[in-house]
Amino acid sequence: MPVERVEGFRTGKSAEEAEEDVRRGILLSTLDRAVSWARKQSMWPATFGLACCAIEMMSTGAGHYDLSRWGMELFRASPRQSDLMIVAGRVSQKMAPVLRQIYDQMPEPKWVISMGVCASAGGMFTNYAVVQGVDTIVPVDVYVPGCPPRPEMLMFGILKLQEQVRTTGRFR
Amino acid sequence: MICAELAERVRSRLPEVVVARGEVTALVDRDELLRALGWLRDDEALSFDFLSSVTATDWPDRTPRYWVAYELSSTTFHHRVRVKVGLSAEDPRLPSTVPLFPTADWHEREAYDFYGIVFEGHPNLRRIMLPDGWEGHPLRKTEEIGGVNTRYRGAFIPPVDRRTSP
Amino acid sequence: MNVDTSPDFDPMDPLSTEELRQETMVINMGPQHPSMHGVLRLLLELDGETVVRCEPIVGYLHTGIEKNLEYRTWQQGVTFVTRADYLSPFFNELAYALAVERLLGIEAPPRAQVLRVLFCELNRIASHLVWLATSGMELGAVSVMLFGFREREVLLDIFEMATGLRMNHAYIRIGGVVMDLPDGATDAIEDFLDMMPGRIREYESLLSSNPIWLERNAGVGILSGEDAIALGVTGPTLRAAGVPMDVRRDEPYAGYETYEFDVVTRDSADCYGRYAIRLDEMRESMRIVEQCLDRLREPGPVMVEDPKVAWPSRLEVGPDGIGNSTAYVTHIMEESMEALIHHFKMVTDGVKVPAGEVYLPVESPRGELGMYVVSDGEHRPYRVRIRDPSFVNLQAVPAMVRGGLVADAIAVIASLDPVMGGVDR
Repeated sequence: MPVERVEGFRTGKSAEEAEEDVRRGILLSTLDRAVSWARKQSMWPATFGLACCAIEMMSTGAGHYDLSRWGMELFRASPRQSDLMIVAGRVSQKMAPVLRQIYDQMPEPKWVISMGVCASAGGMFTNYAVVQGVDTIVPVDVYVPGCPPRPEMLMFGILKLQEQVRTTGRFR
Repeated sequence: MICAELAERVRSRLPEVVVARGEVTALVDRDELLRALGWLRDDEALSFDFLSSVTATDWPDRTPRYWVAYELSSTTFHHRVRVKVGLSAEDPRLPSTVPLFPTADWHEREAYDFYGIVFEGHPNLRRIMLPDGWEGHPLRKTEEIGGVNTRYRGAFIPPVDRRTSP
Repeated sequence: MNVDTSPDFDPMDPLSTEELRQETMVINMGPQHPSMHGVLRLLLELDGETVVRCEPIVGYLHTGIEKNLEYRTWQQGVTFVTRADYLSPFFNELAYALAVERLLGIEAPPRAQVLRVLFCELNRIASHLVWLATSGMELGAVSVMLFGFREREVLLDIFEMATGLRMNHAYIRIGGVVMDLPDGATDAIEDFLDMMPGRIREYESLLSSNPIWLERNAGVGILSGEDAIALGVTGPTLRAAGVPMDVRRDEPYAGYETYEFDVVTRDSADCYGRYAIRLDEMRESMRIVEQCLDRLREPGPVMVEDPKVAWPSRLEVGPDGIGNSTAYVTHIMEESMEALIHHFKMVTDGVKVPAGEVYLPVESPRGELGMYVVSDGEHRPYRVRIRDPSFVNLQAVPAMVRGGLVADAIAVIASLDPVMGGVDR
């Protein structure tokens, strides 16, 4: 049944998503929203700090720019207990298989933030040693550029990811 | 010991000494290397007991091609000297200084990793920075910088303008 | 039925055979682990809980900085070198700039040297704060993590005020520093100097006589002076063994011979000694910073005058941050064609450094940071090797860890303060 978009009325969803909601029914779509809200509220990042961006990530988690305001208080050491991987720093060729293995060990649903230009695109190091962007290895949801990005920039990236999770979650 | 005195003392045993910018450099042959380093360490007026670093440089248009520099310093007199050895391109082998200075261990592994210089007598000469299966010695001047057209384990990274994100 | 009938076998005690008791376990503490010290991999051979053998495997952060430097101009090299040991960026830049200045045969103006010393000592405090925060967190003292980063934020604000960046500043350049202190920076530094001694006392009251801290650090990771020198270890680890080696005192650079400070040593050669030394070094650094602030009262140039060497910009703080001053932009765009051409050439081609080689050591928070620079007379470095202290210090880990427990291995590595960016470059 095609859904007509009423002009001026914003639901935060596109027409296709609204159609999907109608198809799934009221119960499941409300459950979707509830589960997505819960998922975004308490994401647990896996510690994957590599280089300078890791220090800025630690600063973001420390007292001054507090990440636990958005539920990310616990940086879990084990990937099996986390759902967000913030790849912070330059990924060398030797580290790339390890990165993929950690990503594979995380249970679904999982998200990846690529923090800094080195993780996003290789940064200033276009050479034999650095992987030119982690999106060649793992799928990335949010790219946060900067060398290193300020804590506020990382927080903006995290909030963008949370918005993405909240609005497009599908409970399976 | 001030620079001129130091140069004189070193020159008494190792004849090829260059003094530039306040630094003393002694050039030795590969066969003389361990004896020279041992003398520099054991001589009482010099007493160079601390090896700071072992560095290799590649001069592809010159002979000898590879130059390995040993930076020595003294914990008692606080002076420094550099000892350099030249190696040809066909035979980049050198005796390892790990028996004299155990700190040379990882420095020599790095020189082997980056340039392919083989240190004979090294307890554990393996690659240190690059993955174990890497082919080539990247810091040689004849190798490209990479980042593009890089092949490793079957993956291939094209130049920037031909990259598409998945 | 297969029954082991050797005389030692006791069916009620399955571990009674000698072979089982001698079996050691090889465990991989992989590159990703809860310890905050970066991507270091340890292969531990354990007999129960005791470490029999340990092999550190590095290279998981290898960035090819040294190869990249050969493809950039001399001034661009500063931005690469600064990211090697990323917790002490000013020291990397200082060693590189001093080495290139020695090759050029020039000296930076005195005010630039004072600014260099000032920022290096502030960086030393910031680095030791990160060390305290991460070591505390690894050993279980989680509040210390928050305290350390709280103080570090004040320092990062000062760095941002002066250089525009919180980390990896590219502030110390060939010929001097890129910009003078803006208004308000000296006040901010003085406020920091007032606040900090009380905070260090807070850390001491929290940790120094804490029985858990003492149990985990005192007597752990002993490395004697002779072993340390043989293994090439420098920095607080060497000074904890009683050897007063400090490059600032032994081979002074950037005017360090004119400052009054003490080289802190201890005799215990264990992790607790290294902790105590780093706290005292923070106090000594504050002493040096006070002396720097006194010398900064007279104005002066901060970049060398020679137009063939000096970085051409005239930077100042504008409405949207640090950038070229409007007067300078007007000068090169409207008034003088030669100035524009000169600016262009200096930024794209850069300095031409005479051929030669230089090894220049500085005392970074981790030990002797040396820069071996080779030039062939061109606009680009021919070879730059960073002799990083953490790279050499990590060689001592097997010696310090043998015979101890696994938990002691963490304490030992934390007390060495390795920064993997410097180790792997």
